[in-house]
Amino acid sequence: MSVRGKVAIVGAAETDHLGVIPDQSALQLHAEAALNAIRDCGIDRRDIDGFAAAGQSPIAVAHYLGLTPRYLDGTSIGGCSFLVHVRHAAAAITAGLCEVVLITHGESGRSRVGAPSWPRDQASIQGQFEAPYGIMGPPTLFPIGVLRYMKTYGLTHEQLASVAVAQRKWASRNPRAYKRELVTVDDVLASPIIAYPMHLLECCLVTDGGGALILTSAARAAAMDLPRPPVYVLGTGESAESQTISMMEDFTTSRAFRVASASAFEEAGITHSDVDHLMVYDAFAHLPIYGLEDLGFVERGEAGAFVAEGNTEPGGRLPMNTNGGGLSYTHTGMYGMFAIQESVRQLRGTAPAQVPDAKISVAQGVGGMFMSAGTLVLGTAETV
Amino acid sequence: MADKPIPKPTPETQPYWDGARAGELRVQRCIACAEHYFYPRPFCPRCGSADVEWVAISGRARLHSYVISHRPAPGFEADAPYAIAVVALEEGPRLMTNIVGVDNTPEHLVLDMELEVTFQERGEQCLPVFRPAGARR
Repeated sequence: MSVRGKVAIVGAAETDHLGVIPDQSALQLHAEAALNAIRDCGIDRRDIDGFAAAGQSPIAVAHYLGLTPRYLDGTSIGGCSFLVHVRHAAAAITAGLCEVVLITHGESGRSRVGAPSWPRDQASIQGQFEAPYGIMGPPTLFPIGVLRYMKTYGLTHEQLASVAVAQRKWASRNPRAYKRELVTVDDVLASPIIAYPMHLLECCLVTDGGGALILTSAARAAAMDLPRPPVYVLGTGESAESQTISMMEDFTTSRAFRVASASAFEEAGITHSDVDHLMVYDAFAHLPIYGLEDLGFVERGEAGAFVAEGNTEPGGRLPMNTNGGGLSYTHTGMYGMFAIQESVRQLRGTAPAQVPDAKISVAQGVGGMFMSAGTLVLGTAETV
Repeated sequence: MADKPIPKPTPETQPYWDGARAGELRVQRCIACAEHYFYPRPFCPRCGSADVEWVAISGRARLHSYVISHRPAPGFEADAPYAIAVVALEEGPRLMTNIVGVDNTPEHLVLDMELEVTFQERGEQCLPVFRPAGARR
Protein backbone atom coordinates (compact mmCIF):
# COMPACT_ATOMS: atom_id res chain seq x y z
CA MET A 1 0.00 0.00 0.00
CA SER A 2 1.34 3.39 -0.93
CA VAL A 3 0.48 6.59 0.92
CA ARG A 4 1.39 8.73 -2.08
CA GLY A 5 -0.71 11.88 -2.09
CA LYS A 6 -3.19 10.55 0.48
CA VAL A 7 -1.93 12.56 3.45
CA ALA A 8 -0.95 16.20 3.81
CA ILE A 9 1.04 18.32 6.21
CA VAL A 10 -1.41 21.10 7.03
CA GLY A 11 0.27 22.67 10.05
CA ALA A 12 3.97 23.38 10.45
CA ALA A 13 5.72 25.69 12.87
CA GLU A 14 8.80 26.11 15.02
CA THR A 15 9.14 27.56 18.50
CA ASP A 16 9.02 31.35 18.77
CA HIS A 17 12.74 31.42 19.39
CA LEU A 18 15.64 29.20 18.39
CA GLY A 19 19.16 29.28 19.78
CA VAL A 20 19.63 29.90 23.48
CA ILE A 21 16.38 29.54 25.46
CA PRO A 22 17.32 29.09 29.12
CA ASP A 23 13.82 29.85 30.42
CA GLN A 24 11.91 26.98 28.76
CA SER A 25 12.01 23.26 29.47
CA ALA A 26 12.28 20.68 26.70
CA LEU A 27 8.66 19.65 27.20
CA GLN A 28 7.56 23.28 27.09
CA LEU A 29 9.32 23.66 23.75
CA HIS A 30 7.30 20.69 22.40
CA ALA A 31 4.10 22.36 23.58
CA GLU A 32 4.93 25.81 22.25
CA ALA A 33 5.75 24.35 18.84
CA ALA A 34 2.50 22.35 18.96
CA LEU A 35 0.38 25.40 19.76
CA ASN A 36 2.12 27.32 16.97
CA ALA A 37 1.38 24.51 14.49
CA ILE A 38 -2.27 24.42 15.62
CA ARG A 39 -2.48 28.18 15.07
CA ASP A 40 -0.68 27.81 11.75
CA CYS A 41 -3.47 25.68 10.26
CA GLY A 42 -6.42 26.83 12.37
CA ILE A 43 -7.49 23.31 13.35
CA ASP A 44 -9.57 22.75 16.49
CA ARG A 45 -7.02 21.34 18.93
CA ARG A 46 -9.58 18.79 20.15
CA ASP A 47 -9.54 17.22 16.67
CA ILE A 48 -5.97 16.01 17.23
CA ASP A 49 -6.19 12.30 18.03
CA GLY A 50 -2.69 11.09 17.18
CA PHE A 51 0.60 12.03 18.83
CA ALA A 52 4.18 11.34 17.87
CA ALA A 53 7.29 12.59 19.63
CA ALA A 54 10.91 11.71 20.31
CA GLY A 55 13.09 12.89 23.17
CA GLN A 56 10.00 13.38 25.28
CA SER A 57 7.22 10.80 25.37
CA PRO A 58 4.17 11.44 23.15
CA ILE A 59 2.17 10.61 26.28
CA ALA A 60 3.78 13.54 28.08
CA VAL A 61 3.10 15.86 25.16
CA ALA A 62 -0.56 14.84 24.87
CA HIS A 63 -1.18 15.22 28.58
CA TYR A 64 0.72 18.54 28.76
CA LEU A 65 -1.65 19.81 26.04
CA GLY A 66 -4.70 18.30 27.80
CA LEU A 67 -5.61 16.03 24.90
CA THR A 68 -6.63 12.37 24.59
CA PRO A 69 -4.68 10.15 22.15
CA ARG A 70 -6.10 7.36 20.00
CA TYR A 71 -2.75 6.83 18.27
CA LEU A 72 0.75 7.06 19.76
CA ASP A 73 4.14 6.83 18.10
CA GLY A 74 7.14 7.05 20.39
CA THR A 75 9.61 5.90 17.77
CA SER A 76 12.89 7.31 18.98
CA ILE A 77 15.69 6.43 16.57
CA GLY A 78 17.69 9.64 16.75
CA GLY A 79 17.41 12.87 14.81
CA CYS A 80 15.50 11.33 11.90
CA SER A 81 12.67 10.19 14.21
CA PHE A 82 10.34 12.94 12.98
CA LEU A 83 10.70 11.98 9.34
CA VAL A 84 9.81 8.44 10.34
CA HIS A 85 6.89 9.78 12.43
CA VAL A 86 5.56 11.40 9.24
CA ARG A 87 5.85 8.06 7.46
CA HIS A 88 4.06 6.18 10.24
CA ALA A 89 1.40 8.88 10.60
CA ALA A 90 0.69 8.77 6.88
CA ALA A 91 0.20 5.01 7.11
CA ALA A 92 -1.96 5.30 10.24
CA ILE A 93 -4.17 8.02 8.77
CA THR A 94 -4.53 6.09 5.50
CA ALA A 95 -5.45 2.95 7.47
CA GLY A 96 -8.03 4.87 9.51
CA LEU A 97 -6.32 4.48 12.88
CA CYS A 98 -6.65 8.20 13.52
CA GLU A 99 -7.50 11.40 11.69
CA VAL A 100 -5.15 14.15 12.79
CA VAL A 101 -1.60 13.53 13.97
CA LEU A 102 0.56 16.01 15.85
CA ILE A 103 4.32 15.41 15.63
CA THR A 104 6.44 17.41 18.05
CA HIS A 105 10.09 18.10 18.73
CA GLY A 106 11.48 20.20 21.55
CA GLU A 107 14.99 20.00 22.88
CA SER A 108 16.94 22.03 25.37
CA GLY A 109 20.11 20.87 23.69
CA ARG A 110 22.19 23.84 24.78
CA SER A 111 20.61 25.00 28.05
CA ARG A 112 19.67 21.46 29.21
CA VAL A 113 16.46 22.58 30.96
CA GLY A 114 14.36 19.51 31.72
CA ALA A 115 16.46 17.60 29.21
CA PRO A 116 16.75 13.83 29.54
CA SER A 117 20.16 12.46 30.43
CA TRP A 118 21.61 9.43 28.69
CA PRO A 119 23.60 7.32 31.13
CA ARG A 120 26.14 5.15 29.35
CA ASP A 121 25.71 1.45 29.93
CA GLN A 122 29.18 -0.08 30.11
CA ALA A 123 27.71 -3.49 29.25
CA SER A 124 26.16 -2.24 25.98
CA ILE A 125 27.91 -2.92 22.69
CA GLN A 126 29.09 0.68 22.62
CA GLY A 127 30.02 0.57 26.30
CA GLN A 128 32.24 -2.45 25.73
CA PHE A 129 33.72 -1.84 22.32
CA GLU A 130 33.79 1.95 21.74
CA ALA A 131 33.59 3.88 25.02
CA PRO A 132 36.86 2.46 26.44
CA TYR A 133 38.76 4.16 23.62
CA GLY A 134 37.88 7.71 24.66
CA ILE A 135 34.86 8.60 22.55
CA MET A 136 33.46 12.02 23.42
CA GLY A 137 30.06 12.37 21.79
CA PRO A 138 29.23 12.71 18.11
CA PRO A 139 32.33 14.74 17.06
CA THR A 140 34.56 11.77 17.86
CA LEU A 141 32.27 9.20 16.22
CA PHE A 142 30.33 10.61 13.29
CA PRO A 143 33.42 11.65 11.27
CA ILE A 144 35.38 8.46 11.92
CA GLY A 145 34.99 7.32 8.32
CA VAL A 146 35.88 10.64 6.71
CA LEU A 147 39.61 9.92 6.27
CA ARG A 148 38.72 6.61 4.60
CA TYR A 149 36.32 8.44 2.29
CA MET A 150 39.04 10.99 1.49
CA LYS A 151 41.57 8.29 0.64
CA THR A 152 39.07 6.33 -1.44
CA TYR A 153 37.70 9.22 -3.48
CA GLY A 154 40.26 12.01 -3.20
CA LEU A 155 37.94 14.38 -1.32
CA THR A 156 40.04 17.36 -0.19
CA HIS A 157 39.89 19.28 3.07
CA GLU A 158 38.95 22.34 0.99
CA GLN A 159 36.00 20.55 -0.63
CA LEU A 160 34.78 19.37 2.76
CA ALA A 161 35.04 22.92 4.08
CA SER A 162 33.02 24.16 1.09
CA VAL A 163 29.93 22.44 2.53
CA ALA A 164 30.02 24.84 5.49
CA VAL A 165 30.71 27.79 3.16
CA ALA A 166 27.73 26.97 0.92
CA GLN A 167 25.34 26.58 3.81
CA ARG A 168 26.43 29.83 5.41
CA LYS A 169 25.45 31.54 2.15
CA TRP A 170 21.92 30.25 2.65
CA ALA A 171 21.96 31.18 6.33
CA SER A 172 23.03 34.73 5.52
CA ARG A 173 19.62 35.14 3.88
CA ASN A 174 17.70 33.77 6.86
CA PRO A 175 17.00 36.11 9.80
CA ARG A 176 16.31 33.15 12.13
CA ALA A 177 19.64 31.45 11.41
CA TYR A 178 21.97 31.27 14.42
CA LYS A 179 25.11 31.99 12.35
CA ARG A 180 24.73 34.42 9.43
CA GLU A 181 28.14 35.93 8.67
CA LEU A 182 29.59 34.63 5.42
CA VAL A 183 32.69 32.46 5.76
CA THR A 184 35.39 31.33 3.34
CA VAL A 185 37.09 27.98 2.94
CA ASP A 186 40.13 29.52 4.64
CA ASP A 187 37.96 30.62 7.58
CA VAL A 188 36.65 27.07 7.97
CA LEU A 189 40.10 25.52 7.82
CA ALA A 190 41.44 28.13 10.27
CA SER A 191 38.76 27.32 12.86
CA PRO A 192 39.84 25.06 15.72
CA ILE A 193 40.15 21.34 15.09
CA ILE A 194 37.52 19.49 17.14
CA ALA A 195 38.29 15.97 15.95
CA TYR A 196 40.69 15.81 13.01
CA PRO A 197 39.81 16.08 10.15
CA MET A 198 36.81 18.11 11.35
CA HIS A 199 37.09 21.80 12.22
CA LEU A 200 34.70 23.72 14.43
CA LEU A 201 32.84 25.24 11.46
CA GLU A 202 32.33 21.74 10.03
CA CYS A 203 30.48 20.66 13.19
CA CYS A 204 26.85 21.48 13.92
CA LEU A 205 25.60 24.10 16.33
CA VAL A 206 24.26 23.16 19.76
CA THR A 207 21.01 25.03 20.37
CA ASP A 208 17.58 25.01 22.01
CA GLY A 209 14.33 24.94 20.08
CA GLY A 210 11.46 22.90 18.74
CA GLY A 211 9.05 22.33 15.91
CA ALA A 212 5.74 20.66 15.23
CA LEU A 213 3.76 19.26 12.33
CA ILE A 214 0.07 18.47 11.92
CA LEU A 215 -0.95 15.85 9.37
CA THR A 216 -4.33 14.75 8.14
CA SER A 217 -5.84 13.06 5.12
CA ALA A 218 -5.72 14.84 1.77
CA ALA A 219 -9.53 14.75 1.72
CA ARG A 220 -9.82 16.44 5.10
CA ALA A 221 -7.10 18.95 4.14
CA ALA A 222 -9.10 19.88 1.06
CA ALA A 223 -12.16 20.57 3.23
CA MET A 224 -10.23 22.82 5.62
CA ASP A 225 -9.97 26.56 5.17
CA LEU A 226 -6.19 26.58 5.31
CA PRO A 227 -4.29 29.86 5.30
CA ARG A 228 -1.35 28.18 3.54
CA PRO A 229 -1.40 25.39 0.97
CA PRO A 230 -1.15 21.80 2.19
CA VAL A 231 2.07 19.94 1.49
CA TYR A 232 1.55 16.36 0.35
CA VAL A 233 3.44 13.26 1.38
CA LEU A 234 4.54 11.65 -1.89
CA GLY A 235 7.02 9.06 -0.69
CA THR A 236 8.61 7.82 2.51
CA GLY A 237 11.37 5.50 3.66
CA GLU A 238 13.19 4.38 6.76
CA SER A 239 16.03 2.06 7.61
CA ALA A 240 18.82 1.42 10.09
CA GLU A 241 22.29 -0.01 10.20
CA SER A 242 24.38 -0.20 13.40
CA GLN A 243 24.16 1.55 16.75
CA THR A 244 27.96 1.59 16.78
CA ILE A 245 29.51 3.44 13.84
CA SER A 246 32.65 1.29 14.00
CA MET A 247 30.49 -1.60 12.76
CA MET A 248 29.28 0.19 9.59
CA GLU A 249 29.79 -2.13 6.65
CA ASP A 250 31.37 0.57 4.46
CA PHE A 251 32.85 3.81 5.81
CA THR A 252 32.24 5.66 2.55
CA THR A 253 28.47 5.17 2.28
CA SER A 254 25.43 4.81 4.53
CA ARG A 255 23.36 1.71 3.88
CA ALA A 256 20.49 3.27 5.83
CA PHE A 257 20.55 6.34 3.55
CA ARG A 258 20.48 4.14 0.47
CA VAL A 259 17.64 1.91 1.63
CA ALA A 260 15.41 4.67 3.03
CA SER A 261 15.83 7.01 0.07
CA ALA A 262 15.30 4.30 -2.54
CA SER A 263 12.01 3.41 -0.86
CA ALA A 264 10.87 7.04 -0.79
CA PHE A 265 11.81 7.75 -4.41
CA GLU A 266 10.08 4.59 -5.59
CA GLU A 267 6.88 5.32 -3.69
CA ALA A 268 6.85 8.89 -4.97
CA GLY A 269 7.50 7.72 -8.51
CA ILE A 270 10.09 10.42 -9.09
CA THR A 271 13.58 10.66 -10.52
CA HIS A 272 16.38 12.93 -9.35
CA SER A 273 15.69 15.51 -12.06
CA ASP A 274 12.20 16.01 -10.56
CA VAL A 275 13.68 17.29 -7.28
CA ASP A 276 13.65 21.07 -6.88
CA HIS A 277 14.95 21.27 -3.34
CA LEU A 278 16.95 19.01 -1.03
CA MET A 279 17.55 18.84 2.69
CA VAL A 280 20.28 16.51 3.96
CA TYR A 281 20.64 16.39 7.72
CA ASP A 282 24.04 17.94 8.37
CA ALA A 283 25.28 17.22 11.86
CA PHE A 284 28.74 17.45 10.28
CA ALA A 285 29.98 18.71 6.92
CA HIS A 286 30.51 15.25 5.49
CA LEU A 287 26.87 14.21 5.80
CA PRO A 288 25.69 16.16 2.74
CA ILE A 289 28.61 14.60 0.82
CA TYR A 290 27.45 11.10 1.73
CA GLY A 291 23.81 12.07 1.24
CA LEU A 292 24.25 13.46 -2.28
CA GLU A 293 25.88 10.18 -3.31
CA ASP A 294 23.76 7.74 -1.32
CA LEU A 295 20.54 9.32 -2.59
CA GLY A 296 21.94 9.11 -6.11
CA PHE A 297 22.12 12.80 -7.03
CA VAL A 298 25.76 12.37 -8.07
CA GLU A 299 28.06 9.43 -8.68
CA ARG A 300 30.38 8.00 -6.01
CA GLY A 301 33.20 10.37 -5.19
CA GLU A 302 31.68 13.33 -7.03
CA ALA A 303 29.86 15.08 -4.20
CA GLY A 304 32.81 17.09 -2.87
CA ALA A 305 33.47 18.72 -6.23
CA PHE A 306 29.73 19.14 -6.79
CA VAL A 307 29.40 21.23 -3.63
CA ALA A 308 32.71 23.08 -4.11
CA GLU A 309 31.59 24.12 -7.61
CA GLY A 310 28.54 25.84 -6.11
CA ASN A 311 25.78 23.54 -7.28
CA THR A 312 24.05 23.51 -3.89
CA GLU A 313 24.40 27.24 -3.17
CA PRO A 314 21.86 29.99 -3.83
CA GLY A 315 21.39 30.03 -7.61
CA GLY A 316 22.83 26.51 -7.99
CA ARG A 317 21.01 23.73 -9.77
CA LEU A 318 20.31 21.69 -6.62
CA PRO A 319 19.51 24.03 -3.71
CA MET A 320 20.42 22.12 -0.55
CA ASN A 321 20.01 22.90 3.16
CA THR A 322 18.47 26.24 2.36
CA ASN A 323 17.78 27.21 5.97
CA GLY A 324 21.53 27.08 6.63
CA GLY A 325 21.30 23.57 8.06
CA GLY A 326 22.55 22.19 11.31
CA LEU A 327 25.87 23.92 10.63
CA SER A 328 24.37 27.43 10.55
CA TYR A 329 20.60 27.52 11.21
CA THR A 330 20.01 25.52 14.36
CA HIS A 331 20.81 22.08 15.78
CA THR A 332 19.05 21.11 18.96
CA GLY A 333 20.31 17.53 18.97
CA MET A 334 17.56 15.91 16.93
CA TYR A 335 17.62 18.25 13.95
CA GLY A 336 15.34 16.28 11.62
CA MET A 337 12.26 18.31 12.52
CA PHE A 338 13.93 21.45 11.18
CA ALA A 339 14.77 19.78 7.86
CA ILE A 340 11.07 18.95 7.41
CA GLN A 341 10.04 22.48 8.44
CA GLU A 342 12.28 23.96 5.73
CA SER A 343 10.95 21.56 3.09
CA VAL A 344 7.41 22.62 4.03
CA ARG A 345 8.31 26.33 3.88
CA GLN A 346 9.90 25.93 0.46
CA LEU A 347 6.83 24.12 -0.92
CA ARG A 348 4.51 26.69 0.62
CA GLY A 349 6.62 29.46 -0.88
CA THR A 350 7.28 31.04 2.52
CA ALA A 351 10.98 30.30 3.04
CA PRO A 352 13.27 33.24 3.92
CA ALA A 353 15.64 32.06 1.17
CA GLN A 354 12.97 30.87 -1.23
CA VAL A 355 13.81 28.56 -4.13
CA PRO A 356 11.74 29.83 -7.08
CA ASP A 357 8.84 27.57 -8.00
CA ALA A 358 9.82 24.65 -5.73
CA LYS A 359 7.33 21.81 -6.24
CA ILE A 360 9.12 18.70 -5.00
CA SER A 361 11.38 18.63 -1.97
CA VAL A 362 13.34 15.71 -0.55
CA ALA A 363 14.32 15.63 3.12
CA GLN A 364 16.91 13.10 4.23
CA GLY A 365 17.32 12.49 7.94
CA VAL A 366 19.94 10.60 9.88
CA GLY A 367 19.77 9.16 13.38
CA GLY A 368 22.69 8.54 15.70
CA MET A 369 25.96 8.18 13.83
CA PHE A 370 24.72 6.74 10.51
CA MET A 371 22.66 4.50 12.79
CA SER A 372 19.27 5.08 11.17
CA ALA A 373 17.66 7.08 8.41
CA GLY A 374 14.34 8.49 7.30
CA THR A 375 13.48 9.99 3.92
CA LEU A 376 10.50 12.09 2.86
CA VAL A 377 9.49 13.18 -0.61
CA LEU A 378 7.06 16.07 -0.26
CA GLY A 379 5.20 17.95 -2.96
CA THR A 380 2.76 20.70 -3.79
CA ALA A 381 -0.84 19.98 -4.92
CA GLU A 382 0.13 19.88 -8.58
CA THR A 383 2.59 17.00 -7.96
CA VAL A 384 -0.02 14.66 -6.48
CA MET B 1 39.80 13.32 37.45
CA ALA B 2 37.39 10.65 36.29
CA ASP B 3 38.65 7.19 35.50
CA LYS B 4 38.62 5.90 31.96
CA PRO B 5 35.55 3.74 31.21
CA ILE B 6 35.90 0.04 31.94
CA PRO B 7 34.04 -2.34 29.65
CA LYS B 8 31.55 -4.60 31.39
CA PRO B 9 31.35 -8.04 29.75
CA THR B 10 28.04 -9.76 29.09
CA PRO B 11 27.67 -13.54 28.76
CA GLU B 12 28.08 -13.53 24.99
CA THR B 13 31.14 -11.24 25.09
CA GLN B 14 32.94 -12.81 28.06
CA PRO B 15 35.25 -15.01 25.91
CA TYR B 16 36.52 -11.89 24.13
CA TRP B 17 37.51 -10.25 27.39
CA ASP B 18 38.89 -13.52 28.80
CA GLY B 19 41.07 -13.73 25.68
CA ALA B 20 42.33 -10.20 26.13
CA ARG B 21 43.21 -11.03 29.74
CA ALA B 22 45.21 -13.99 28.41
CA GLY B 23 46.98 -11.79 25.85
CA GLU B 24 45.01 -13.12 22.88
CA LEU B 25 42.68 -11.38 20.50
CA ARG B 26 39.75 -13.78 20.08
CA VAL B 27 36.79 -13.37 17.76
CA GLN B 28 34.13 -15.71 16.51
CA ARG B 29 34.15 -17.65 13.26
CA CYS B 30 31.18 -19.18 11.49
CA ILE B 31 31.85 -22.79 10.54
CA ALA B 32 29.43 -22.70 7.61
CA CYS B 33 30.58 -19.35 6.15
CA ALA B 34 34.22 -19.84 7.18
CA GLU B 35 34.17 -16.11 7.99
CA HIS B 36 35.22 -14.31 11.15
CA TYR B 37 32.88 -11.72 12.63
CA PHE B 38 32.80 -9.09 15.33
CA TYR B 39 31.21 -7.97 17.75
CA PRO B 40 30.44 -11.15 19.68
CA ARG B 41 27.07 -12.81 19.05
CA PRO B 42 26.05 -16.44 19.58
CA PHE B 43 25.18 -16.86 15.89
CA CYS B 44 26.57 -15.75 12.55
CA PRO B 45 25.19 -12.35 11.41
CA ARG B 46 25.59 -13.42 7.77
CA CYS B 47 23.77 -16.77 7.70
CA GLY B 48 22.20 -17.09 11.16
CA SER B 49 23.99 -20.35 11.94
CA ALA B 50 24.67 -21.05 15.60
CA ASP B 51 27.52 -23.34 14.57
CA VAL B 52 30.22 -20.83 15.48
CA GLU B 53 33.49 -21.04 17.36
CA TRP B 54 35.83 -18.74 19.24
CA VAL B 55 39.28 -18.56 17.70
CA ALA B 56 42.47 -16.73 18.60
CA ILE B 57 43.43 -14.57 15.62
CA SER B 58 46.71 -13.14 14.41
CA GLY B 59 46.38 -9.69 15.94
CA ARG B 60 47.57 -8.17 12.67
CA ALA B 61 45.54 -5.32 11.25
CA ARG B 62 45.63 -2.24 9.03
CA LEU B 63 44.60 1.26 9.97
CA HIS B 64 41.20 1.74 8.35
CA SER B 65 40.19 5.23 9.51
CA TYR B 66 40.36 7.50 12.54
CA VAL B 67 39.72 10.87 14.13
CA ILE B 68 42.11 12.73 16.39
CA SER B 69 40.01 14.06 19.25
CA HIS B 70 40.96 17.41 20.73
CA ARG B 71 38.13 17.19 23.26
CA PRO B 72 39.14 14.48 25.72
CA ALA B 73 36.61 12.15 27.23
CA PRO B 74 36.61 12.01 31.05
CA GLY B 75 39.80 10.23 32.08
CA PHE B 76 41.60 10.98 28.81
CA GLU B 77 42.67 14.54 29.65
CA ALA B 78 46.38 13.69 29.72
CA ASP B 79 46.18 11.92 26.36
CA ALA B 80 44.62 14.66 24.20
CA PRO B 81 44.85 15.03 21.33
CA TYR B 82 44.50 11.31 20.79
CA ALA B 83 43.34 9.12 17.94
CA ILE B 84 40.18 7.05 18.05
CA ALA B 85 40.76 4.54 15.31
CA VAL B 86 39.06 1.71 13.50
CA VAL B 87 41.35 -1.06 12.32
CA ALA B 88 40.65 -3.79 9.79
CA LEU B 89 41.81 -7.13 11.20
CA GLU B 90 43.70 -9.42 8.86
CA GLU B 91 40.85 -11.91 9.28
CA GLY B 92 38.27 -9.39 8.05
CA PRO B 93 36.31 -7.78 10.87
CA ARG B 94 36.91 -4.18 11.97
CA LEU B 95 37.02 -2.84 15.49
CA MET B 96 37.52 0.45 17.28
CA THR B 97 40.74 0.94 19.20
CA ASN B 98 43.52 3.34 20.17
CA ILE B 99 46.92 3.48 18.48
CA VAL B 100 49.95 3.35 20.77
CA GLY B 101 53.68 3.50 20.22
CA VAL B 102 53.47 6.26 17.63
CA ASP B 103 52.66 9.97 17.70
CA ASN B 104 48.94 10.39 17.19
CA THR B 105 49.30 12.93 14.37
CA PRO B 106 48.05 12.83 10.77
CA GLU B 107 51.67 12.59 9.60
CA HIS B 108 52.35 9.46 11.62
CA LEU B 109 48.97 7.80 11.28
CA VAL B 110 48.80 6.81 7.64
CA LEU B 111 45.76 4.88 6.45
CA ASP B 112 46.43 1.20 5.74
CA MET B 113 49.64 1.16 7.78
CA GLU B 114 50.34 -2.23 9.32
CA LEU B 115 49.52 -2.67 12.99
CA GLU B 116 49.61 -5.38 15.61
CA VAL B 117 47.61 -5.87 18.76
CA THR B 118 48.88 -5.26 22.26
CA PHE B 119 46.99 -5.02 25.51
CA GLN B 120 46.51 -2.38 28.19
CA GLU B 121 45.25 -2.91 31.73
CA ARG B 122 41.93 -1.13 32.28
CA GLY B 123 40.53 -1.81 35.74
CA GLU B 124 39.75 -5.53 35.97
CA GLN B 125 39.82 -5.82 32.15
CA CYS B 126 42.52 -5.86 29.49
CA LEU B 127 41.90 -3.63 26.49
CA PRO B 128 43.13 -4.53 22.98
CA VAL B 129 44.99 -1.59 21.43
CA PHE B 130 47.23 -1.50 18.37
CA ARG B 131 50.78 -0.35 17.62
CA PRO B 132 52.78 -0.17 14.41
CA ALA B 133 53.78 -3.66 13.30
CA GLY B 134 57.30 -4.59 14.28
CA ALA B 135 57.54 -1.91 16.94
CA ARG B 136 59.50 -2.90 20.03
CA ARG B 137 57.30 -4.22 22.81
